[in-house]
Amino acid sequence: MLIRLKGGRIYDPANGVDGVVRDILIHDGRIAADDPTARIDAEYDISGRVVMAGAIDPHTHIGGGKMTIGRMMLPEDHRGQERARTDLTRSGTGFAVPSTLAAGYRYAEMGYTACFEPAMLPANARQAHMEMGDTPMVDKGAFAMLGSDDFLLRQLAAKEDFNAVKDYIAWTMHAAQAIAVKVVNPGGISAFKFNQRKLDLDESHVHYGVTPRQILRTLSQGLVELGVTHPLHVHGCNLGVPGNFATTLDTIRAMDGLPIHLTHIQFHSYGTEGDMKFSSAAAPISELVNAHKNVSIDVGQILFGQTCTASGDSMRQYGNTKSANPKKWVVMDIECDAGCGVVPMKYKDKSFVNALQWAIGLEIFLLVDDPWRVFLTTDHPNGAPFTTYPHLIRLLMDKGFRRDMLQKIHPDAQKASIVGSLDREYSLYEIAIMTRAGPARSLGLKDRGHLAPGANADVTVYRDNEDREAMFTTPEYVFKNGELIVRDGRIVKVVQGATHVARPEYDAGIEKSLADYFTRYHTVSLSNFKVSDEEIIRHDRGSIVVQPTGARV
Amino acid sequence: MPTASQGIESQASNGSGLDTFTSVTCPFCGLHCDDLEVRNSSGADAGHLTIARNGCERAARGFERRPPPSSPQIGGRDTDLATALATAARLIGGARLPLYGGLGTDVEGVRAIMALADRSGGVVDHHLSAAIQRNMGVLQTQGWIMSTLTETRNRADLVIVVASDLMTLHPRFFERIVAPAEAMFGGVPSDRTVVLVGDCGHADAITRTGVKHVVEIPSANDDIPVVLGVLRSMLKGTQLPARDDQRVPFNELADLALRCKRAEYGVFVWAPQALAFRDGDLAVQIVTDIVRDINKTTRFAGLSLGGNDGAASAASVCSWQSGYPLRVSFASGAPDYDPYRYDIRRMLEAGEGDLLVWTASFDPEAAPPATGLPLIALATPGMRFSREPDVLIPVGTPGLDHSGRLVRCDSVVSLPLRQLRPSRLASVTEIANAIAASL
Repeated sequence: MLIRLKGGRIYDPANGVDGVVRDILIHDGRIAADDPTARIDAEYDISGRVVMAGAIDPHTHIGGGKMTIGRMMLPEDHRGQERARTDLTRSGTGFAVPSTLAAGYRYAEMGYTACFEPAMLPANARQAHMEMGDTPMVDKGAFAMLGSDDFLLRQLAAKEDFNAVKDYIAWTMHAAQAIAVKVVNPGGISAFKFNQRKLDLDESHVHYGVTPRQILRTLSQGLVELGVTHPLHVHGCNLGVPGNFATTLDTIRAMDGLPIHLTHIQFHSYGTEGDMKFSSAAAPISELVNAHKNVSIDVGQILFGQTCTASGDSMRQYGNTKSANPKKWVVMDIECDAGCGVVPMKYKDKSFVNALQWAIGLEIFLLVDDPWRVFLTTDHPNGAPFTTYPHLIRLLMDKGFRRDMLQKIHPDAQKASIVGSLDREYSLYEIAIMTRAGPARSLGLKDRGHLAPGANADVTVYRDNEDREAMFTTPEYVFKNGELIVRDGRIVKVVQGATHVARPEYDAGIEKSLADYFTRYHTVSLSNFKVSDEEIIRHDRGSIVVQPTGARV
Repeated sequence: MPTASQGIESQASNGSGLDTFTSVTCPFCGLHCDDLEVRNSSGADAGHLTIARNGCERAARGFERRPPPSSPQIGGRDTDLATALATAARLIGGARLPLYGGLGTDVEGVRAIMALADRSGGVVDHHLSAAIQRNMGVLQTQGWIMSTLTETRNRADLVIVVASDLMTLHPRFFERIVAPAEAMFGGVPSDRTVVLVGDCGHADAITRTGVKHVVEIPSANDDIPVVLGVLRSMLKGTQLPARDDQRVPFNELADLALRCKRAEYGVFVWAPQALAFRDGDLAVQIVTDIVRDINKTTRFAGLSLGGNDGAASAASVCSWQSGYPLRVSFASGAPDYDPYRYDIRRMLEAGEGDLLVWTASFDPEAAPPATGLPLIALATPGMRFSREPDVLIPVGTPGLDHSGRLVRCDSVVSLPLRQLRPSRLASVTEIANAIAASL
């Protein structure tokens, strides 16, 4: 099957292509080199249209127990948000915590072709994969959470050989079928189980005597030496706490050049100035990020309206429960592995704090120079549901629109923010970096996120429109593996995406200590803890793509 | 370097003509213990399973049962599978409001039934949904702070059981979670104190599992909410009314309140299925209130067991696929949730629906309620019906006859299930998918 997309304007930053008009050829699901003599089976005239690779969301909570807790807890989120079945698609519901099927369809309708669940508890990995298996249309993958699990904390407390720690990290990635590793409130989820209510970068865990700094450096160094492409994905200490920017700055400095990805950094960029003792620290944060090439970030932009926060950070989410709206929430201690906190939240533009959070996110977007190191996220659904991305893109691309929106927020927040004075407007090329090329490079997806010959033909075609929100809401065509799956924002074919994993090497001897640990303390056997390929391929009707890792050192 | 340690363990033959499987997951209660060793007999008795290590009475009943020979039937007469499937598809295709009840199956089976219900505009409900609803009502009004089995096993220094006979519903809870040989934190597990509030079965059965300290606080079931309310007041330091309410064991509760305050990580445990008394959901609410109160200063958690007969899998899959826990109707074309209206037992009594599709792959006792509606049963062989189903299709049991997965009672962990014996019985998934394909 040979398809020609004729005459589109191509934005393909991975290959340095910035708005060049040319054809794209798709041969059996992959991008092919142009060949004017080729016999074409189908041709789409897309002259004047904007063409990008399928979008990639590197941080979106789409699968796993905490989302299903949110779904169960919030029937009011779903009512009035029904999606009826069609001859092609299943029914679904939900706004902030959509059902898996609805999430997959909506992502594809917006031109997304890959989504990554950032907080997969190894103990909950099987369910996370089952939920992602029931998320159609898009490729997916997940980051295994480490850093508050008792096995690692025991290794660190016992000062075990670093090779054993690396073996454990790699083993966990295999067992949980992960592509990357995330740490959430390093050590803090565990500390909360011991009734510690706060754990700063250099505070000691009351039982293990280990500090977040140690955990961060160990995991980051471990991933580097294992050859894992995505740097340690860090949800830092003190999420949401006024004054936490100092910890965030210290975290960057603490890495001494080791690579880290600081996720939803907006929630970690708060100062304590002003009458409300709450202020923006976007400027010092952005300055330090700009100066540290080993650091990448995603923003976790908040947008106004009802949503639900869901995090592995049980310690900080418990602290946030006083802001729950509606007034109900779940906090869990989980399996000597991690925890979770699910707290519904309604961000209001007339609330000083919420309005300033909104402004802080935008400030970071506009102050961080290098779009290759900042990814467009709302930390779905923590800052806002992913369906708000087109609105966020317009805020970044259109300073007039941004200023109009600024006028609507709490007046004191307007005054406290520099957003109104920032003239930067993102270009289509930069948007393509933030939503495609950047995440693909960072995650190590070698044949996604770009349009060079050989790449998977995940392609999104937009009608150019000065109203960028309208433009990015409803692409004209979306191709997945070369098949047309969405036309004019409507699904025309249902497909099942692949699961991306990374499999760094490890010494199988680690299973000896793990078997002992599991036998003595766990309620699941070591063999059953591991999620098999067979489960994903047969039971979840999926497929697995093993992305390359570098050599272990 | 590792290679294929990822695969589902293949069966090991021990050379004696018996196939022995280790780390077998038990599907017969929501704890889903996975430390069982199960043998498949050879020769004339091939296919008969026996538990060689671990397990419990429930597990033995499930694994060692000899399912009688079975055949698809239409109106009580044997037929071939193709005819049974075609008849089932015709009945479902012609129904205006098919009711998909029972739902005793694995994750894959629930997925397949959900797809069928979505397609045919039906209602889905599990036969233990009343128990699930006792928890869901609380989750949906105020939420909770919860623990899981491994966390409780390693951390709990006080375990309070609320009006639940766990030795019957979840027989290995005390052995595996409360009094294991070792725990990571807090000393020797068998030194933990277990407090039984209300009717929790016989205390001696619990002490025989290795628990040394059992304290009983008797209460009639209907008084449980009052008793828990008094405990909450004591913990909050609220002025109590005169201590002349005969229903309330004030001294024992004062002692329990003291234990709660001293605990580093106390856990309230209940099995929602056991709280089938007046205001059972209020008991769940007060327990979670107490847990929230205590967490202001120290750590405490709830632990709901339950999830028997695939109930946790059904509730979880239904939630992630439709957005709602069970009792969902697809009649309008989109999911509609109403835990009262879409109670299939109530609907049958009220004459609602025009077809019952009943799934029961674990327990031959989980038969459908008597109904005058046409009935399609996807049932484990040996089920007795109040009348012959219009279509009966025998199905295998997940984890014995075919592989699959089940979600554990804590709704966090799920376990893989293996096929332990050759089986001619199709899975619920295969049957439901075949019906959907011919609709």
